Amino acid sequence: MDKLILETKKINKYFHDPVTNQVLKEISFKMKVGEFVSVVGKSGCGKSTLLYILSTMDTDYQGQLVLDGTLMTGKSDRELSQVRNEKIGFVFQFHYLLPEFSVLQNVMLPGLKLARLESDEVEQNAIEHLKSLGIGHLAGKKASQISGGEKQRVAIARALINQPLIVMGDEPTGNLDRKNSDIVFDIFHQLAADTGQALLIVTHDHEFAERTDRIIEMDDGRIVNGGT
Amino acid sequence: MQIALILGISRTMLMARLRQTVIAAVGVTFGITMFITLVSFMTGLNKLLDGLILNRTPHIRLYNEIKPSANQPVNLSSEFRNYMNIIRSIKPKERPLEIYNSQAILRRLKDDPRVLGTAPKVVAQVFFNVGAIDLNGVINGIDVVAESQLFSFADYLVMGKFQDLETVNNSIILGKGAAEKMLVDLGDVIQVTTARGERLPLKVVGVFQLGIADIDNVQSYTSVQTAQKLLGESNSYLTDIHVKLKDLTLAPGMAGEYKNLFNVDAIDLQTANAQFETGTKIRNIITYAVSITLLIVAGFGIYNILNMMIYEKMDSIAILKATGFSGRDVKGIFISISLIIGVTGGVLGLLFGFILSSLISQIPFKTAALPAIETYPINFNPQYYLIGIVFAIITTYIAGFFPARKASMVDPVEIIRGK
Ligand SMILES: Nc1ncnc2c1ncn2[C@@H]1O[C@H](COP(=O)(O)OP(=O)(O)OP(=O)(O)O)[C@@H](O)[C@H]1O
Ligand SMILES: [Mg+2]
Repeated sequence: MDKLILETKKINKYFHDPVTNQVLKEISFKMKVGEFVSVVGKSGCGKSTLLYILSTMDTDYQGQLVLDGTLMTGKSDRELSQVRNEKIGFVFQFHYLLPEFSVLQNVMLPGLKLARLESDEVEQNAIEHLKSLGIGHLAGKKASQISGGEKQRVAIARALINQPLIVMGDEPTGNLDRKNSDIVFDIFHQLAADTGQALLIVTHDHEFAERTDRIIEMDDGRIVNGGT
Repeated sequence: MQIALILGISRTMLMARLRQTVIAAVGVTFGITMFITLVSFMTGLNKLLDGLILNRTPHIRLYNEIKPSANQPVNLSSEFRNYMNIIRSIKPKERPLEIYNSQAILRRLKDDPRVLGTAPKVVAQVFFNVGAIDLNGVINGIDVVAESQLFSFADYLVMGKFQDLETVNNSIILGKGAAEKMLVDLGDVIQVTTARGERLPLKVVGVFQLGIADIDNVQSYTSVQTAQKLLGESNSYLTDIHVKLKDLTLAPGMAGEYKNLFNVDAIDLQTANAQFETGTKIRNIITYAVSITLLIVAGFGIYNILNMMIYEKMDSIAILKATGFSGRDVKGIFISISLIIGVTGGVLGLLFGFILSSLISQIPFKTAALPAIETYPINFNPQYYLIGIVFAIITTYIAGFFPARKASMVDPVEIIRGK
């Protein structure tokens, strides 16, 4: 049996504002090292909510989350930020960048924080990632001065900078045209195949989803298909 | 926590909000500038006013006071020892004003390591004869060198040279008030008569002004020898010995010690001038109260601006946290933003404070009361610059601490989901 990178055990999530509302119901699934998984489902079914929990940012849930063989549930804020820095790359649904920094700095910051490599090596890697995403020429620009699709690709480059064990994306290609969407898919595919990095991508793009290893289908807070 | 990385992020965030940053720093600069200027000016003034008293007043004064003997004969009698003796109408014993064995005392004082120096003195009541009128006066026979060294006598001379007192025979330095009343100028000769009727012509070689009318109208100075000659006394005759100590605070204790040791009256500066310390203390309290208020106001400015900044930067904080920066890193970023504002504003404040107080020290300040002063007094003590910068850093740290803690507790999911 292949080594697991991610496992959830009966995760439940409630929102209490304005009324108590269960958004995630008994989410249990496993992901193997190097697996490329997509998550699909209707708007409002809980995909983003699940991803925030899996990325360790949201700790307010019931159930257990195991990442790379270690139980994440109950860890301290500092330990979790270390895990996020080192093991998880995250692309937000609305491509969040630091507007006061340059594109290059945005990509480099998580690498500088990790400090596994010297800063010039981090810079080198960042430039390569930007180039492979077709935005090498934007490196020196302010992050607030580029288009939505460009921001999304910068965010993808940032997610990849520390060679995380798993990359999570919340509609990372939502703002991209077919061509760039394909480029991103190819990069993701290559990551899974070459370096054994796992990918968990939420998408509304059926064509994109069809080409991944596995599709997890969600409906009303439950996994209805592809959970195992 | 990687200091260089954190500082780099802080710097970029500051530069992105340059105008706000500058406003915050200007608040600190203003506070520190005012602190430095006020403290330098106030302590300068304090030193000047204290100097008026301290420079001219001996730390310990040895003299003989005319007073009734503390031990009346009846107390010495064994027969009446257990009685309560009431004696009325005691008259002071005829006791010379001369300090007995003065040369031995002077030698003894010279050997005392706590003593900075001594100035012997002959003090006598005299009359200055101007035509038909006799003016009341006091003549002080002084050791010219010791007096000017220990009590900055020369500072208060408005005319003439104090060295002439020694080199010119039978010379006198008059107070400005007395000189004006007698209409005398340098080189004029005045007649001085003692209480016992001896009379001596003395040449005026200088005029001093202390700014205290009681002294300027009455006091006059001559050499010890001239005073002894005037009184017809031997050259060991002294009525006062003024002692200056290395450490002023020892004076009360040592006065008591000398009193017993030399069998003379001794009074210390603190007892003689109890009011002067109180004034100094109160002026210091006012200075610090005003400065601290200014800095606290500046501190609130920083607090507000930082709070505003954190609301604006919520997204950035969330992203930093999402990509692996811990709450501590975020706190570090905002505290260093605050400290950068504090240190820059503080250093500029020191600079402007120095410039402003230098300017004030150039402003002419002429007053009849303080003849030795030409411009406003400023105390350029580096200690205040140190206090200023430390205070700037502490204030900005505290002002930055609470907003920074709030930033460190921001939940990134709340922010990211909120969009
Ligand atoms: N802060 C919140 N408080 C209360 N309810 C919330 C909150 N955030 C989300 N929800 C609810 O949780 C449910 C799941 O939201 P989520 O954002 O996970 O949907 P999603 O599957 O990502 O949808 P989409 O495809 O549109 O991004 C929705 O019904 C939403 O109304
Ligand atoms: Mg969503």
